Amino acid sequence: MGSDHSVEIRGLTKRFGDVAAVDAVSMDIRRGEFFSLLGPSGCGKTTLLRMIGGFELPSEGRIAIDGADVTLRPPYERPVNMVFQHYALFPHLSVEANVAFGLRYKGVDRARQPEVVREALALVQLSGFEKRLPHQLSGGQRQRVALARALALKPSVLLLDEPLGALDQKLRKEVQVQLKHLQRELGITFIFVTHDQEEALTMSDRIAVMNRGRVEQMDEAARVFERPATEFVAHFMGAANFFSARVREAAGGTLSLALAAGGEVRLPLNGTRYRPDESVRFVVRPEKLDLRARDLSAHGVPSVAVTIEDRVYQGISTMWIVRDSADERFVVYEQNEKPFEEASRFAVGGRAFLCWNPSHAVVIRPEAEPS
Amino acid sequence: MSRARDPRSRIRNPAYPLVLPTWLVLGVFFLLPLTILFVISFAQRGTYGSLRPIEDFGHYVTSGKILANYARSLHPIYLQIFWRSLWMAVVTTVLCLALSYPVAYYIAVVAPPRRRNFLLGLAVVPFWTSFLIRTYAWMFLLRTEGLINRTLLSAGLVSHPLELLYNNFAVLIGLLYGEIPFMILPLFASLEKLDLSLLEASADLGASRASTFLRVTVPLTMPGIVAGIILVFVPSLGQFIVSDLLGGARTILAGNLIQNQFAVARNKPFGSAVAFELTAAVLALLFVYTIYTRKKGQDVLL
Repeated sequence: MGSDHSVEIRGLTKRFGDVAAVDAVSMDIRRGEFFSLLGPSGCGKTTLLRMIGGFELPSEGRIAIDGADVTLRPPYERPVNMVFQHYALFPHLSVEANVAFGLRYKGVDRARQPEVVREALALVQLSGFEKRLPHQLSGGQRQRVALARALALKPSVLLLDEPLGALDQKLRKEVQVQLKHLQRELGITFIFVTHDQEEALTMSDRIAVMNRGRVEQMDEAARVFERPATEFVAHFMGAANFFSARVREAAGGTLSLALAAGGEVRLPLNGTRYRPDESVRFVVRPEKLDLRARDLSAHGVPSVAVTIEDRVYQGISTMWIVRDSADERFVVYEQNEKPFEEASRFAVGGRAFLCWNPSHAVVIRPEAEPS
Repeated sequence: MSRARDPRSRIRNPAYPLVLPTWLVLGVFFLLPLTILFVISFAQRGTYGSLRPIEDFGHYVTSGKILANYARSLHPIYLQIFWRSLWMAVVTTVLCLALSYPVAYYIAVVAPPRRRNFLLGLAVVPFWTSFLIRTYAWMFLLRTEGLINRTLLSAGLVSHPLELLYNNFAVLIGLLYGEIPFMILPLFASLEKLDLSLLEASADLGASRASTFLRVTVPLTMPGIVAGIILVFVPSLGQFIVSDLLGGARTILAGNLIQNQFAVARNKPFGSAVAFELTAAVLALLFVYTIYTRKKGQDVLL
């Protein structure tokens, strides 16, 4: 097991009765990276985090932290600390005492503890709140105390279980940036659990998208967003435009597809092998689609004839909902960069052509949809 | 907390008339009897257990006769009884706490939630039977030819029956048995409210199970502990049935003393004085508890 890995997970499974909450997950989390576990509720991300923290024992598999196997170690013998979803601050202890709680177990000298507490509180900009009790703090302040309490112990890995879930939207955005900043500054490995794809994208170096206990895709944040590996990931990252097609030819660096709605598109071949006549689907993100008045296929630009179903003005952008002749529905985001008068160039009910740059299409093979 | 101290809230509180029934019940069933008790405690016993009329009230006060019952209660014989009662109540309370905490912890924290009510029921259901009957049952278990002794004898563990009944040990067993649910219930109530993620947080921060228990679980369930202590200590202090049935003549407690004064010796004034002393002691205790919980802002009993 390499030393550049902070956390190494091999074949980790957690069963509750017959249900595998986490199903044979393996991953390496690099030292000092901001790593997110992203997925809908019930996908196993929190269970996975809790196994890393030692709050759940795995049914199978191993976990190593800093190269040492900790699979069966209790939480208090692991070099990790956790920021709990609802912060889990001790209600009977002051902010100061909360932050100092774990120091004695780390062997921090009693005389030096106030200094460590002061540093940790300064780190989260809560100096001056030492004597307050948790119930006298706002949600955001509590979250920062929880963070200070964990960071005061200088863990090699910090686990965060949806710590921003209870904050309002505006504060959330602020804290996201602060957290990312803090993580870079301290160089501690952060493992962050969230169901919010935007949050994961904002903060993470890498993201593991989870579904039904398994990792669907593990990659750099931008790649997960731009190049979803599975239909689930594509859906979850909001790229809900699926085109059905059949392989006509795959040769010479080009994949030639016959669209279900009629017409042909050519996409760059990404090294995967395709059989002729195989049915595939590809996705194009809504912001990468363009509505045009004319068919541009003659110029090598994929164009699909569609009917405009709806137009939703959203301030920064306009959302178009369109439908092709195979009854597939697509969403197009258009930046509102043009003057207002020109923005509504297509009438609802009218016809247009859906165009995109071929390199923005990501081919996904149909998967057996789990029931 | 701050609402109660704000004088304006008392004036504006529209719910004020609604507490009237409470005051009525408390007044008729608690304050009035206590007042009567208090007044009688300054009187003297007349012939045949009636109250002796006071002819010269001034002289009655100045001669100190008015406090004669209280003075008498300080006699070493009675002090010894008080001391024994106190000691028994303390031992009962401590043992009760030690036995009940693991039980309440198991029911509230460890056991699966769907089994909680069942387990709690097991702890409480025996108490649907009359207290008197259950105390008699202990006599049948503990006496010389009782179940325990017969079992021990037939198993050859002892050669002659153990003296289990009519001593402090038997009284202690009876008290413990009678009071345990009053300890389990408040402990359960506060343990059930315990946020288990706090225990995880404690473990996460490096605390062992023992440290977590002492630094998190105990402080956070303190209201339940204090409530349980009061609910067990107060009745134990005034108990007389258990000591009467299981204790024999040598284990007279304050409760027996009071009962004897009213029922046997027919000295109502002295009985009242002792009863009032006991009540005052208990009220003082509750007062301390109220101050304590007010300060902490957590209150489970009062």
